Amino acid sequence: MFRRLPEPAVAPVSITIDGMPVEAREGDSVAAALLAAGHARCRSSSVSDAPRGPYCMMGVCFDCLVEIDGAANRQACMVRVAPGMRVATQDGRRELRA
Amino acid sequence: MSKTAALNPSCQLVVIGAGPAGLAAATTAAKLGVDTVLLDEQPAPGGQIYRAITETPVTKRSILGMDYWHGAELVTAFRSSGARHVPGTTVWSVTREGEIGFSVGGAARLIEAERIILATGAQERPFPIPGWTLPGVMTAGAAQILLKASGMVAEGRVVLAGTGPLLWLLAAQYLRAGGRIVTVLDTTPPANRRAALPYLPNFLGSDYLGAGIALLREVKARVPVIGDVRSLRLLGENRVREVVYQSGTAPERRIGADLVLLHQGVVPNLNLANAIGCRQEWHEDQLCFVPVIDAWGTSSIERVAIAGDGAGIAGARIAAERGRLAALEAAHRLGRIDAYRRDAEAVAPRRAITRFDKGRRFIDLMYRPRAEHRVPQGDTLACRCEEITAQQIVEAVKLGSTGPNQMKSLLRCGMGPCQGRLCGLTITELIASARGVSPADVGYFRLRPPIKPITLAELASLPKSEAAVQAVVRG
Repeated sequence: MFRRLPEPAVAPVSITIDGMPVEAREGDSVAAALLAAGHARCRSSSVSDAPRGPYCMMGVCFDCLVEIDGAANRQACMVRVAPGMRVATQDGRRELRA
Repeated sequence: MSKTAALNPSCQLVVIGAGPAGLAAATTAAKLGVDTVLLDEQPAPGGQIYRAITETPVTKRSILGMDYWHGAELVTAFRSSGARHVPGTTVWSVTREGEIGFSVGGAARLIEAERIILATGAQERPFPIPGWTLPGVMTAGAAQILLKASGMVAEGRVVLAGTGPLLWLLAAQYLRAGGRIVTVLDTTPPANRRAALPYLPNFLGSDYLGAGIALLREVKARVPVIGDVRSLRLLGENRVREVVYQSGTAPERRIGADLVLLHQGVVPNLNLANAIGCRQEWHEDQLCFVPVIDAWGTSSIERVAIAGDGAGIAGARIAAERGRLAALEAAHRLGRIDAYRRDAEAVAPRRAITRFDKGRRFIDLMYRPRAEHRVPQGDTLACRCEEITAQQIVEAVKLGSTGPNQMKSLLRCGMGPCQGRLCGLTITELIASARGVSPADVGYFRLRPPIKPITLAELASLPKSEAAVQAVVRG
């Protein structure tokens, strides 16, 4: 769905998506890392369980909500990847935990 | 965190947003000796138009183009201005009294400002058509952010659909980066040409005319473009697979797609201004609400100015100039410069605004998106978060729900996590169309803080005053 331009080499950042190791790049948002790894869908909606994925990439639509390091409903497009980050796609309605 | 720990609880000027308007405003004010803090949601300056300007992996300058790289000058000037930059900051409340609530690094903070400049920029207009919530459907702006920030280009069967300069810019940037586009479905109504024609002479003097024509030629030479596209629908189960459309009066056609990038213009991001209570009015050419401001950007609330595309769509160059004007006025009101100096320093920005504003009316009228792509019908979702369909809105209007705020309490539209950011205009236009009145008569959602979701733990992390603690402690 997306490929990276070859130049220049940007430092890799190792994260996991649903438990699978994924190599993101420094400066990636979590949403960019999801799309680069082929995840167009990152959650199902809270009302009808319909598939959703990143849409606006700038914090407007709230459709890229995922679980990051155990915290649900984070905007994947607004959080940068960090080494060892655990990202999980989420299904249906989630509790907003602190 | 260390940056906010060092932040004073009050300052003279807070600028919100680090795009062209915010950067230029903060730079101008700080250089005039105003104690200035710039709060921005992104981790690096630039806003969306100059997104990742200091760190983009796209180093071949011709790919993003000179209009993008112009942003580097604004950042360089800002960094030597003395203004304090607090990136990664979500502002969730601004009061008329100048108290600003924001979160950074998971902790909430308050800061008081004598004056506030909102430079919250633009967002893409909603494109509510059947299938627009499917994974693999994104905005052209989203694709551009992926290119600027992560050096990512779409591959597979990529279809662009919509209208407006950004659609063509993204197409050209993709082609320069070695990307492929199956087709561009141009939804611009042919009748727009007639409406825009009287304003063509003014556009002939514009800096943008030559660049715009070159861009169209660059794309049309390499990608099939289908004009007068209507009845756009996107099909798929777990993700988008097909685009269905009509061109003019020709029979319906289908094309396979792995990624569909939609765009039909940008509109001011007004959430914060709206929540503060700044007056706004309907702009019929641009089909959106714009705040009511004076020649310095000052809103109906005296302490608050609005600069950049958040004050009405005018483009990045004018955004920076309007930021400078708002900063001059702030410096004047704060006693740093007298009115004579303010007016003298405003001459160059005003001249630049006149220059870059040439042809705006032509562009507005030329790329006005068609009604059927703004006002959805039937089962098409108007509110993505709460999954409210166009039909539900129309039926609620028939039951007597005549405004967006009544609609909220009846249907919950605009009450999901995005807080109406994406559906606001659609709901207003749907109600207006169902009632047969202008969106000006319908109005917009009345927004209230917190204007971005925050957790209770973040709120609880706010520093408490002795009086506040005493007020709730028993015994």
